[in-house]
Amino acid sequence: MTMNNQGRPTASGSVNENEMPTISGDRGLQHEVSLIFELGRPGMTGVDIPEVQMSDARLGGLRRKRPVGLPGLSEPEVIRHFVRLSQLNYSIDAGLYPLGSCTMKHNPRLNEKMARLPGFADVHPLAPQQTVQGAYEAISELMKWLTTLTGMPAVAMSPKAGAHGELCGLLTIRAAIEARGEKRNRILVPSSAHGTNPATAAVAGFIVDEVPATEDGHVDADALEAKLGPDVAAIMLTNPNTCGLFEPRIKEMADAVHRAGAYFYCDGANFNAIAGRVRPGDLGVDAMHINLHKTFSTPHGGGGPGAGPVVLSERLAAYAPLPLLVHDGNEFRMIEHTDEATDGAKPFGRMCAFHGQMGMFSRALTYMMSHGADGIRQASEDAVLSANYILASLKDVMSAPFGEGPCMHEALFDDSFLEGTGVTTLDFAKAMIDEGYHPMTMYFPLVVHGAMLIEPTESESKESLDRFIHVLRTMALEAKAGQTARFEGAPRLAPRRRLDETAAARKPILRWKPKALPQAAE
Amino acid sequence: MSEVRYTDQHEWVSLDGDTATVGITRHAAEQLGDVVFVEVPEAGRKVGAGGEAAVVESVKAASDVYAPVGGEVTEGNAALADEPAKVNADPEGAGWFFKLKGVNRAEFDKLMTKAQYDEFVKGL
Amino acid sequence: MRYLPLTKDDRAAMLNRIGVDSIDRLFRDVPHSAVVARSVFDLPDTQGELAVERQLTKMASKSSAAGSLPFFCGAGAYRHHVPSAVDHLIQRSEFLTSYTPYQPEIAQGTLQYLFEFQTQVALLAGMEVANASLYDGSTATCEAVLMAQRITKRPKAILSGGLHPHYAETVETVAGLSGTVTRAPVTPGKAEDIIALIDDQTACVVVQSPDVFGLIRNLKPIADAAHAKGALLIAVVTEIVSLGLIEPPGAQGADIVAAEGQSLGVGLNFGGPYVGLFATREKYLRNMPGRLAGETTDAAGKRGYVLTLSTREQHIRREKATSNICTNSGLCCLAFTIHLSLLGEEGLLRLARANHARASALADRLADIKGVDLVTPSFFNEFTLKLPKTAASVVDALAEKGIVAGVPASRLLPHDRDVRDLLIVAATETNTDEDCDALVHALSGAVA
Repeated sequence: MTMNNQGRPTASGSVNENEMPTISGDRGLQHEVSLIFELGRPGMTGVDIPEVQMSDARLGGLRRKRPVGLPGLSEPEVIRHFVRLSQLNYSIDAGLYPLGSCTMKHNPRLNEKMARLPGFADVHPLAPQQTVQGAYEAISELMKWLTTLTGMPAVAMSPKAGAHGELCGLLTIRAAIEARGEKRNRILVPSSAHGTNPATAAVAGFIVDEVPATEDGHVDADALEAKLGPDVAAIMLTNPNTCGLFEPRIKEMADAVHRAGAYFYCDGANFNAIAGRVRPGDLGVDAMHINLHKTFSTPHGGGGPGAGPVVLSERLAAYAPLPLLVHDGNEFRMIEHTDEATDGAKPFGRMCAFHGQMGMFSRALTYMMSHGADGIRQASEDAVLSANYILASLKDVMSAPFGEGPCMHEALFDDSFLEGTGVTTLDFAKAMIDEGYHPMTMYFPLVVHGAMLIEPTESESKESLDRFIHVLRTMALEAKAGQTARFEGAPRLAPRRRLDETAAARKPILRWKPKALPQAAE
Repeated sequence: MSEVRYTDQHEWVSLDGDTATVGITRHAAEQLGDVVFVEVPEAGRKVGAGGEAAVVESVKAASDVYAPVGGEVTEGNAALADEPAKVNADPEGAGWFFKLKGVNRAEFDKLMTKAQYDEFVKGL
Repeated sequence: MRYLPLTKDDRAAMLNRIGVDSIDRLFRDVPHSAVVARSVFDLPDTQGELAVERQLTKMASKSSAAGSLPFFCGAGAYRHHVPSAVDHLIQRSEFLTSYTPYQPEIAQGTLQYLFEFQTQVALLAGMEVANASLYDGSTATCEAVLMAQRITKRPKAILSGGLHPHYAETVETVAGLSGTVTRAPVTPGKAEDIIALIDDQTACVVVQSPDVFGLIRNLKPIADAAHAKGALLIAVVTEIVSLGLIEPPGAQGADIVAAEGQSLGVGLNFGGPYVGLFATREKYLRNMPGRLAGETTDAAGKRGYVLTLSTREQHIRREKATSNICTNSGLCCLAFTIHLSLLGEEGLLRLARANHARASALADRLADIKGVDLVTPSFFNEFTLKLPKTAASVVDALAEKGIVAGVPASRLLPHDRDVRDLLIVAATETNTDEDCDALVHALSGAVA
């Protein structure tokens, strides 16, 4: 069998409650929250809509026969429900959120305000083009920022998130290869890559070939070169890589890839370390998605929505998918069909309905205009500085697998400093919750044992970083001194103790169901 | 009397005549953690030695299980669908994955003995 | 820069702790030739809120907001009233600025609303299980086709001619790599004979109802025919409010429902972000793409929620994952869930009735105009008219007068000469009597 992932402890740990239980079950500001389906009463609604007369004559004989089964609640009840739910969440606004590779930076509120301007938000994707010029202009402006910052000539705007951008990039590459009359079916992916890279390559119809990492956390450039051949379509490389390191031989690798007739896809997840300072186009990149929700701070929103525009080199630009935004004379125009394409464009197809994540575009554009090119560069530098500050401040008590540094925007530790303590990476991470912190990314990248990947971002003050460092140092020293009480069964102070993921997976309960299902009438 | 051999991919195979029973080793089960899902092959499927034959999943890991020797599947362990925990409780007994017939003895003999496998695991 | 808390002194002290004399030393692995100066970027410097707001407000004002004029566009995106509470709640820090709920102990808010969302979607679709959303309706449809190919181990997908053309193109682009995609003829206002196209290589039939012209399709016979040949029926819904009034796809035999949830809570947003709804039968659960929240208990025995069955996903399965997607549409799911919670059973039914009544009345009035015919005998809140001249020219002429009459079918199907005169018109609760009067009046003039 393959052992392609590290199993990790999922046991719940012991519970030792000494506190007096409350009568309500709530604890101060921490409320227990029923499911919305357990609340309300029939006939109630939180939206006043007039009752109207209506005939069934035009429903094609397909009028709904049974109620949907939704509960009825008034507006104050709904608001209370969701406010209480919100209070069970950790957030960037409330505290340092050091999730490596996720880039939890500050989300400026001006972005939210601008995204809600009616000329951007209350606009229909198929409205007559002459009526939506302002929205087109915003997209065009964002395209200018993205192509300028990356040093790439073109950008495909429609991909809806990073993984969708990867797919867009690979399909562009596939189209370019087909246009050359060649067949290349292999994609090289480093072992340290995000899981999406191989998954995307498979969806795009390619065979995935893994490139090993070197001892020092870099992609093995020699192994990469050895694997290149006439059947290789592209490499997918994250740079800075998932170990938080810049690939020093990047240009050499790009040259080798190009010599072999293949393309260089860069996973731009970590562009935030170098934006404003390094242009991926200068490194030989042919295609790179940009996670607007990482580098350009559109909110993560509990897991989405994101946006993943893909910048393209001269060699790939012609194959970008529909739709294409052009400016002819004095108006913007969205080209929505292949045969309307101009300037030799040969779009490979369409990634989704309409033209991308406008709501994310307006936020990212606001962020960029606020920062300016100088602010974006400063943000990258501060992110790298903060990560190195953490690495320098913790490497004597925790274990950094790749030595003295420097790192880029995230600091990677492994679990060798916990060896013999009985404390695992999971315990260490969960104990951080009791200290008021969101844990770092754990068990990723896979190339490091018990990985802990810390990305502080540029949004933390020095005082905040110092406090965080003090807490982690103390935790590490305690663990090593055999004082492991705070790790056992942590977290204790969160809205929930460790949850039983095994039970959840063995007998999945994926929706609420009424206690006793009413007997069907038929 | 059946004999048992082991693979470097952490499967065990017990051979009785030309009929084999296959599962994953105790070491593999421990590494995976609590098993939550097992997909076993259907009877009648032909598998080659080293071919993908089953899937085992814990909460955080998913692994393919390979056939240590070639043959035709006569039975998958249906009990694992409801009780995947058997793989943890008794990996080299009630937690077996599938049975094969028409097994080639020479393929079996190439695999590791218990002592060799234990040595192999120690070296990991 | 107001978003960057480090001072010059802080930076110096931090470099000192690190043991380097300049920030450049930290970028030592970057080839020197690749480091560019500020002057290379032809982009402005840092600007304050006021300056940015001024420029963007001016830019936005160059678009005509749908709410500022009589507006009748649909075709996959619908303008509905979103209650004020929705936008206030989704902007709470704890929802807006949290990540994917990887640490369930401090993410129960997100996990529980995803569980509620999954339940709502399953109920609306009449299906057993739903995931925590995909990007939008078009990508959900594409994922449904890939899933059907995996389940049936067959290559062929047959798309109804009534499927939104953008959806069809999306499916062709991606699912065309792993199989073949066949599009049935476009038959506005009528159901094509899709059953005749199903054979023993067919993985799935994809039918949208109400279809892109607004026609309500009877899915049951198609489901039966598909099942008889071992194929799956994928039902697509682009106007989710319709399920308040119309028999859900699950009750008509659909195996997978892929839908656009934008109508509830999300808004028009010029095409995105939207929220892809995805529901299926329990037996296909392990082949379903996307995240799932599941119920469990914590170490103290309290009910709680976790992301579950994640072994299907890319971060564990890598190239063997069911899909390469790793995000859901988080905040849009939340908006959807809050809006639907506010509506409840009664509100959803009233909203659906108001939409249908509004569209029916408008269709009657427009079809009374000389030379204008109603093409769709059944519909929910969107219908298609045949005009005596090309619809695109009429839409342009009316736009000049400040009325957005709908979507000309040629915008979606430029090569189909038979649809040049067809106008797709949507009417929702947001359209006033005055809006409808204005459209009737202007259209009468334009086709006279």
